[in-house]
This record gives sequence, structure tokens and C-alpha cells, in this order.
Amino acid sequence: MRSRKTRRGMAVAAALVSAGLVLAGCGGSDDGGSGEASGKSPGEGKAECEQLTQFGDLTGKDVTVYTSIVAPEDKPHIDSWKVFEDCTGADVKYEGSKEFETQLQVRVQSGNPPDIAYVPQPGLLQTLVGTGKVVEAPDTVSANVDKWFGEDWRSYGSVDGKLYAAPLGANVKSFVWYSPKMFSENGWEIPTTWDDMLALSDTIAATGIKPWCAGIESGEATGWPATDWLEDVLLRSVGPDVYDQWVAHEIPFNDPAVVESLDNVGAILKNDKYVNGGIGDVSSIATTAFQDGGLPILDGKCALHRQASFYAANWPEGTDVSENGDVFAFYLPAMGDEFGNPVLGGGEFVAAFSDAIEVQAFQTYLSSDQWANEKAKATPNGGWVSANKGLDIANLASPVDKLSGEILQDPDAVFRFDGSDMMPGEVGAGSFWKEMTNWITGESTQDALDKIESSWP
Amino acid sequence: MSTGEKFIQMVIAIAVFFAVVAVILLLTQRLRSRRGELVQSAAFVLPALALIGVGLLYPAVTTIYQSFLDRSGDAAVGFDNYKTIFTDSDQLIVLRNTAAWVILVPILSTVIGLVYAVLVDRSRFEKVAKALIFLPMAISLVGASIIWRFVYDYHDKSQTQIGIANAVIKGLGFDTYKFILNDPWNTIFLIIVMIWVQAGFAMVILSASIKAIPDDIVEAARLDGVGGFRMFRYITVPSIRPSLIVVLTTISITTLKAFDIVRTMTGGNFDTSVLAYQFYREYFVSANQGLATAIATLIFVLVMPIVIYNVRQMRKLEAR
Repeated sequence: MRSRKTRRGMAVAAALVSAGLVLAGCGGSDDGGSGEASGKSPGEGKAECEQLTQFGDLTGKDVTVYTSIVAPEDKPHIDSWKVFEDCTGADVKYEGSKEFETQLQVRVQSGNPPDIAYVPQPGLLQTLVGTGKVVEAPDTVSANVDKWFGEDWRSYGSVDGKLYAAPLGANVKSFVWYSPKMFSENGWEIPTTWDDMLALSDTIAATGIKPWCAGIESGEATGWPATDWLEDVLLRSVGPDVYDQWVAHEIPFNDPAVVESLDNVGAILKNDKYVNGGIGDVSSIATTAFQDGGLPILDGKCALHRQASFYAANWPEGTDVSENGDVFAFYLPAMGDEFGNPVLGGGEFVAAFSDAIEVQAFQTYLSSDQWANEKAKATPNGGWVSANKGLDIANLASPVDKLSGEILQDPDAVFRFDGSDMMPGEVGAGSFWKEMTNWITGESTQDALDKIESSWP
Repeated sequence: MSTGEKFIQMVIAIAVFFAVVAVILLLTQRLRSRRGELVQSAAFVLPALALIGVGLLYPAVTTIYQSFLDRSGDAAVGFDNYKTIFTDSDQLIVLRNTAAWVILVPILSTVIGLVYAVLVDRSRFEKVAKALIFLPMAISLVGASIIWRFVYDYHDKSQTQIGIANAVIKGLGFDTYKFILNDPWNTIFLIIVMIWVQAGFAMVILSASIKAIPDDIVEAARLDGVGGFRMFRYITVPSIRPSLIVVLTTISITTLKAFDIVRTMTGGNFDTSVLAYQFYREYFVSANQGLATAIATLIFVLVMPIVIYNVRQMRKLEAR
């Protein structure tokens, strides 16, 4: 009798504990909805806090940020929020992931979105807005975007005319990295036309080095650097208007002009004489991490590497990135005079999944000229620019960033946003990447483009 | 919500549950009859059943239902998604790879684990030897994949090698090899990672059951003049047969769910994708809900018989 009682007691206790755990698991956190500013801002009276005092005291409030930016590039971001944290008392929690593009959708669909996400693709932003979970940008952010950004940048962050996400950083992709020292030792000149560039490649190839190096491996995003290649060449050969039509799918993805452009890319990237300097043959491009793609330049085993301005962060510490240093970048030449100097670029946008006051305050801060300058100062090694017109070019650290900043703020530059980032996620972050990878490892140009076309939703 | 608040919430939740259970106990304890016991057990089983229903049955049924809808889940398409799995050339490669995984990983892991367990049994350095092969079990599959990606790293023969595999090949004077790239062998090199992790598991379970073979059987066999390989074939293996089956089936299930290795090492590129990874990609990247859920259902159908067989074997093992 006694033993039965004890056993029953044990069973009850076990049931209690396990059920308690289940219930505790169910009790999720819910953030307070939109709030009114209340309390006296900790930054009251300080000059640098002028734009932030309107949000009141946010002490003890958390803002979670989810991005695709991982170490070491995340530190400047975290540093640039110090003013915000000091002025409002709120705490910003950072999380970066290389699998951001898919993981963000997983989190949104499972009801666990971050407060803020840095979305690097307008196409992904559209998908996210389609889920109904993205909160429209508050008026303070909208006003900042009108004041500090051009009309085109506002449109990249808008869906159906409504602004959802303010632009954050930007980058210029039409760059070719090279070694100024290596060039001057060999008497090579920086090419100013596409044909000059091919002639230079032949000259370099004749010396026994493979002139170009590349890497497109990037986890689940493997293939994206090759999509930039195609976009850059397409923009140069058919001009910005046809490029826009292609991005919007008004002409088919496998249009003859696109086939020709990809063949032009192939003349470099799939040319065994040209690639893959310091690494291997053509197919080794597919398995080389994009971060490592340009590094053979430092060993003198490769001369040219087409990659965006942000590649500056991947050179090892101590590398002199300047006009006469170890490495620098030149503008990927145009293919003719017809379309001026087209520039391909990208950027991130700040999407919010919460309308809490601290989140709005943070969005406002990020869209301000103040943040842009803080970020520039917090990035002593360079590798970051913004299209924010309030950004003082003098605050940018590296010569490459200054060059990029000037291009971005130049009202006459023919700037176009990275096309794959504006296409629907199924293509821009799916089949386009995958088929470009297959194209590198042997698939024909026509087959690759046909497959992408057929995957367009 | 701060951690403190969360704890308070948890305590409240537990208290509420305590109260509910107390009420159930109070209400049912007076029922002494046969029916009373039924009510009593129902009161305790139903909440568990409800949780299983919400957490397991509902998603399973929804998934199966969605697998008959089109990519956005708007219109019914019958068995079209299943047809795609078995006819589309890309999907067929996925099936081929999955078959290779499910056949090779359980068999090789178990064989390696078994042979190893027998060889080190009662030897002087048994503990160290076991620890060595068990260590990979402690590494997550993602971690293991990153390690092996470095092992398989490819550079042209004329360059400095980073990966140990190609460094050895180059040292022997051969051309370096693209482990990750060359289809179909790259799937085998991914499978090796899984075997590296799972062999330790097989070895530990099998070693324990080898030690549990009664000494009198072994001695009787010895007196009859059995030794070496025949001892292994006629005494050891038959005695540990139930454990062998449990190990085989458990690893089979793990393998059918293999995802981390493919995702980390190739991202499904170069024809290395498997079902579990393809499901994820179709759902979250290609936004093809219908095909994705059809793949999920297929995995479910494939795992089901193994699970049932496994549970039966475990019951037999317990009944001994």
C-alpha cells in the first residue's frame, strides 16, 4: 500500500514537472505594441542626441537586429550604434548569419522575426512585405529618406509606393581589384575600355600567370558573384533601359542579348588561359570561397579580380589598400561610349517587424545623416559607404570608399541596383545563383539561362 | 521581457498546472469503481494526446494535404508533385544520392564500428582506442562538415595546398583532386563525413553488447575449438544481433534526415543534394510549397517502416 502511494506521488510529480516545462515553453514573449514617447530621454541636452530625444526614455528596452553581416564586418556596425544607445538608453542586440536570406524567411514564417532586419535585396523585401509581417516605415523615417536619399533609393525600399525600408549602406560593384605594385613593376596600364582590358589579360597571360581569379562559393548563396558579372556586362552592352526591362522580366531572362552578355563573361571566367590564377582551373571558381577569390593577387599569382567595394574588408590585416599600395581597384571599363559609365551597385535596407517606439527610434537613427557619419567614423579600415547625401566623404576611411562615395553621390552617374537582388526570391536568391554555379562547372550558356527563365514565378 | 519576468511566468505556469492536476486528482480520487479508474487515466492521458495532436498529427496531416496542392497552395494538382520527384532529372539525382546515403552510411558505420569493437575488446589500450573513435560523436554535424571542407580543400597542383587530403595526394606525386566538385564521387566524400561521425555511435553500442555475451557461451565455444573468425561469425554476431539491428535502423533514420552536411559542404550544388535538404530548399528558397511538402511526405513514408521495425526490435530487446 505504501509503495503504491509513493509511486503515485512520483508519477504526479513527474507529470507536474514535465507539464510545467511545456507550459513555460508555450508562454512566448510578446513585445509591447506601439508606444507613446514617455519619460525624459537620457540624452536630453546633449548636442549629439538632438534627433533622438523625441523618443523619450527607452532605458531597459531591447531592439534585436538580424543581418547578413558577420565578423569582422559586424563590429563597425555595433560601434556605430553607441550614440543611439547612449542617447536613448535602449539596448541593441546584434545577430549576424551567413544564411540570412533563408533563415530570415524561416523566422518570419514561424512567427519569430527580429525587430529589425538589414535586407540586402529589394526582391526579398517584396516577398517579406507580401507576408504582411513587415511594418511600414514611420513618418520620421520617411522624412529622413526624402531628405537624405535620392528618389531611386526610396523606390528600392518601397513596395506599391509605400516606403517600408530605408536604405542603409551601399556598395559599388563595378570594380576590378588589382595590385598597383605589380602593375608598375611590369609596366601594365590600367585599362579604360573593355577591349583594352582583354588585351591586358592576354599580355598578362603571355607572362605565364593566369590574369583573373575568382571565387563564387558562399554557402547557400553560392553563385552570387557570377550573377554580378553577368549584370555588369549586360548593363554595359545593352544599356540601363534594357537592363531595367530584364530585371522587371519585361524581356525574357534568356533574351539573345543576355545570352551574348553571358558569353562575354564566359570569355573571361570560362577561359582556361585567364582563370583561375593562383587556385586552379575554371571549375575551381565554384568551390573557392568568394572571400578567398582575390587573395592570390597578394602572392602575385593573379592580377585581376572583379569584386565590389566591400571586398576591401577581406584583405588581410596590414595590406596597403591604396592607389600605390598592395592592392587597389579600378572601374570596370565600359564597352562603348553609348551608355556613359554605368555603375552596378547594391545596398541594404532596414525592414522592421515591430512598431514599438524603441524600434521606430532605431529606424529613425539609422536613416539619418548622423548615423551615416557615425558609421563612417566607426569603420577605420574602410569597406563601407552609403548613398546618404548627408554623408561627408571626408569621413570615409579608405580611398576605395571615397571613390565609391563620390560615384554614389554623383547625380549624373548611371547607377543601377544589382538585378538579382530585385528579382523574386525564387530567381534572385535561388535559380540564378544555382544555375550560374552550374554554368561555371560546365553547363552551356543557353541551358543555364533557359532554366532560370523557366523558374520565374 | 527580462529573464526574471520569464522565471516568474514559468513559476506561475507551474502553479496553475499544479492546481489543475490537484483538482483532477481531488475530483477523481473518490471514484473507486472500474469506470472511475478509466476516467482517472483519461484525465491524465488526454492532455498528452492533445499535445501530440497539435504538435505532431496536425502538422503531418497538413503537410500531406499541401503536397497535393500547387506551389503556392491555391489549387489541387493531384499527384503532380510526386510525379515531379520521380521524373524530373534534378530530383532523380537527389533520389540517387539519398539512396547512396541510406545504403552506405548505416552499413559502413556498423561494419566499421563492429570490427573496431571486436578488435579493441579487452585489449590493453581499449579505453583510449574507444575514446578516439567516439570523439567525432561529440562534434556537431556542421562542425564536422567545416573540418572536412578544409580536409577536401582544392588547389591546383602547382599551388600551396591547404587541405590535408590533397596535400597527401600531391606529396605522393599525383594530381590534386576536386573532392567537392567531381560528380558522382563527391557524394561519397560527403558520406564519409557521416560515417566518421556515426561509427563511434555504432562502436559504443556494439561494444557494450559484446561485453554482455555470457562467458559460458564463449568458453563452451572455445572448448569446442572455435576461435578467431569463426568465433566472430558463429558466436559474437548472432549474440548481438538485436543490437546490430537497432544500430543499423537508428543510423538509417539519422541518414534519411541528413541535411547539415550537404548544406554546409556544398549547399546542394554539384549534384550532391539529398531529400531532406531538397525539401528545405524547395520550401524556403524556391517557394514551391507543393513540391517541398511532397518531398517531406516521401521522407515520412520512407522513415515509417524503419521506425516501426526499430521500435519492435527494441521491445524484443527489453523483453529479454
